[in-house]
Amino acid sequence: MKKINIRFKVNGRQADLNIAPNKRLLDVLRDDLGLTGTKEGCDIGECGACTVVLNGRAVHSCLILAAQANGAEIITVEGLTQNGELHPLQKNFLEHGAVQCGFCIPGMLLSSYALLKENPHPREDDIKEAIAGNLCRCTGYKQIIQAVEAAANENNE
Amino acid sequence: MRKKFSIVGKPVVRRDGLEKVTGQAKFADDINVPGQLYGVMVRIPVSHAKILSVDYSAVENHPAVAAICHAGDIPGAKKVGPIKQDQPVFCYDKVVTPGDVIAMLVGESEEELLKLRDLVKVEYEPLPVLTDPLKALKSDAPLIHPDQKSNLIVHHRLRKGDVDAGFAESDYILEQTYTTPFIEHAYIEPEAVIAVPREGDKGVHITGSIQNPFTTRKIVAKVLGFPLAKVRIQQAELGGSFGGKDDIMNILSARAALAALKTGRPVKIRYRREDSILESYKRHAYHLHYKVGFNKDGKIKAMKIDVVADGGAYSSMTPFVTWRTVVQATGPYETENVWTDVRGVYTNNPYTGAMRGFGSPQPIFAQESIMDEIAIQLGMTPDEIRRINGFKPGSVTATGHKLENHDVNLLTVLETAVTKTGFSEKWKKNQRRGKMLPDYAALEEISANPGPFILHKDDFLEPDEVYRKGIGLAVSFRGCSLGAEGVDAVAAYLSLQQDGSAYLLSGLAENGQGMRTTYSIVAAEVLGISPDDVFYLDLDTGYVGDSGPTVASRATLMGGGATRAAAEILRSRLENVLRQHWNLPENACFVFRDRQVYAENNPERKIAFAELCDLAYNQAVNLAAIGWYAGPKVHWDETVGQGPAYFTYVYGCQVAEVTVNIATGEVYVDRVVAVHDPGTVINLLGAQGQVYGGVTQGAGYGLWEEISVDKGFIRELNFDQYLIPTSKDIGEIVPIFVEGEDQYGPWGAKSLGEPTLELTAAAIANAVRNATGKRFFHLPLNLEEILLSKKLHPTSKNRGSA
Ligand code: FES
Ligand code: FES
Repeated sequence: MKKINIRFKVNGRQADLNIAPNKRLLDVLRDDLGLTGTKEGCDIGECGACTVVLNGRAVHSCLILAAQANGAEIITVEGLTQNGELHPLQKNFLEHGAVQCGFCIPGMLLSSYALLKENPHPREDDIKEAIAGNLCRCTGYKQIIQAVEAAANENNE
Repeated sequence: MRKKFSIVGKPVVRRDGLEKVTGQAKFADDINVPGQLYGVMVRIPVSHAKILSVDYSAVENHPAVAAICHAGDIPGAKKVGPIKQDQPVFCYDKVVTPGDVIAMLVGESEEELLKLRDLVKVEYEPLPVLTDPLKALKSDAPLIHPDQKSNLIVHHRLRKGDVDAGFAESDYILEQTYTTPFIEHAYIEPEAVIAVPREGDKGVHITGSIQNPFTTRKIVAKVLGFPLAKVRIQQAELGGSFGGKDDIMNILSARAALAALKTGRPVKIRYRREDSILESYKRHAYHLHYKVGFNKDGKIKAMKIDVVADGGAYSSMTPFVTWRTVVQATGPYETENVWTDVRGVYTNNPYTGAMRGFGSPQPIFAQESIMDEIAIQLGMTPDEIRRINGFKPGSVTATGHKLENHDVNLLTVLETAVTKTGFSEKWKKNQRRGKMLPDYAALEEISANPGPFILHKDDFLEPDEVYRKGIGLAVSFRGCSLGAEGVDAVAAYLSLQQDGSAYLLSGLAENGQGMRTTYSIVAAEVLGISPDDVFYLDLDTGYVGDSGPTVASRATLMGGGATRAAAEILRSRLENVLRQHWNLPENACFVFRDRQVYAENNPERKIAFAELCDLAYNQAVNLAAIGWYAGPKVHWDETVGQGPAYFTYVYGCQVAEVTVNIATGEVYVDRVVAVHDPGTVINLLGAQGQVYGGVTQGAGYGLWEEISVDKGFIRELNFDQYLIPTSKDIGEIVPIFVEGEDQYGPWGAKSLGEPTLELTAAAIANAVRNATGKRFFHLPLNLEEILLSKKLHPTSKNRGSA
């Protein structure tokens, strides 16, 4: 297969890649860019472990060809920490016990991140809706929801 | 509060949280080694067949194939298993379930190998497929494992008192049959493992999503014919397990190790979700028949219980899972006369093994449903019937074990839950209301024999009649740790540094449940430091003693006990240093708190903990210790199922409140109040997390989850069809802890992880009964079960997108 050139921005850094056109965004992030914080859990857009933020929206990177991301701005879990400071979401996930095994957490964080960007004052139902595409088998979601609420409240201050 | 601690019982942030929220945590598939190859499995689409020949000619010289591994490559054990060795690493004479693997192609490109695997030609002769365990037990059924006498894996018997006399003396007898389905663990991280061949005669180093590294080591060593010490197993960060990353990981690790030694290169295996669901084991499907004799006053006189568990193609943990069932099948009720048979049976279904609950969620669903039926028949409330029969201090269990030397808190957790929810009032109110559900069975009959059919006004529901509220409860007792199942001992290694920081490692595994944090808290409590001073090491079988598996909710109890022992050894060495340093008598006592140490009777006389470590270090005191915690002896008479099966027990009660839409069959869980006695809570955040997670999994079990099989083939191979709860599916969950005294574990801390899960489906089923006036006998209580009292499955195996 003839390779193609694509460029996009990941976590504020420009990436220039020469890749097979059938590569998923997920594989490019994990294999070519070494950003293994983005996980694969189902490959069919059901579990949300592969969620990244693409041009401000939370998307399943297992369902997107890397070529579709050409020219886009992408944020992965590795990009949430700024200058060594945890993002309020990360901090609150820790403080509220929202993390158990941690496998779903990058996706959860990014779905919540996209939510707070769009709606800084979400109600509980908005939060549930925003992470409804992110499966977690460990936590029962309650402490995750509490953490997102707390992060949103910090936003308000 | 009676227990006084400085850190224990408070909410503590996980010690391994930072790497998990930043994406730095390395799960097995995040680890790559230069030069690594991939392994891809070769299977045939059949549930039961004799293998006649395997022809690799189309792939063996292909440039993408570096090696082909099959049974012929195995120097040691060709079949493995935790109890009976009946599961082949690679199948060679027959295939007994669709997940079975005949060979593994190894090469640089997984993508290429996936295309090539279909070119391996396997000739086979199909054999009759057994999917019903009751039929598999018939004497003329074909043998799934021809080297065994029958398809019976195990038969546990429990005989206490005289059931016939008990039934004869009973005023009433109730007999009912319940069933529960196969369940997938559905850890979000699929299996992955990488095996690296080591230099010289150092053997092999394996890193993977492994729940029980010491078990994996035993299996890999057997398969390779290596001494145990030549196999080093390291646990990668584990993306959930719930009992599920045991046997499957042992086998995948053995395959990866074989390939690594054959090629001399690192070999990685990583499963897609479909592979994972296809090949990994499940929670047992159960068929439960209960006959209960009871008197007008509510007292239970006799129970006869007959349980058949579908073990699937391999025995795995079936003998132990069903053993817990036989011990706990009556539930926490005093019963003089008990007769229980629990049989585990081979079929061609996916094999079944350990899953959170381990043989308890199934009988609890049956036994708690029946208890409610008895209450209703006698005009009592569910809490009343349980108060009459429930275990009290000094009660004797079905196995003849007198409950003493710990707080028997069954009635305390019941009272707490009932009061908190206003249970009886709500239950009575819902019970009174209740036009029955329309009888869909009758409608079906009509549609089968169509004729003139007129709906009357009464056949319709007013809009406000569609939603029905229900409340239900379930209680349980649960034996802690392994009990009479096996060796029960755990090691912990604790090493203090000159500056007062510490390394800690226990032989049990962090499966996401938060055990590293729990142990850090235990060590910090004893030494008066902060959990942040404790740095937890990566679990590697080379560095710590074999501590058995991380199962049976034994991590806090056993590993916590070992950590406490290690910390106490070091504390007493430090105390000796201080006695000399301050010239104090032998019996002088000290307080270790807030990174300070002071003489108990003279708080003015103090030293910083770090300074004390430095002092000890300079006096050449050994600041490393191994703590060891062994469970007390338990014993078991297998012929009659009698004995003190476990050394201690925990108690729980959950109340579920639901809304049932009787027009659609949808059940929504409004609230679950979960009251548990885990002895002592070590980390409040972690304990609450266990409850939220366990209740949610339990609700999935009650309402949606089911692995259904069609001639042995699983229909639900991914999350589009296997539905686990999402953030929107469940209402409020309220965890409440009642902390009973116990002599075991760290300050009496015992089990919590499994108790939280085992009750929820039963409580929901009772709430649905309360809402609809109808008893449901078959989990899950999905839409069609509620509306039609049966399960609907697609007739075609083709999946939506496939
Ligand atoms: S891996 Fe993309 S949604 Fe599951
Ligand atoms: S924390 Fe384990 S899957 Fe969410």
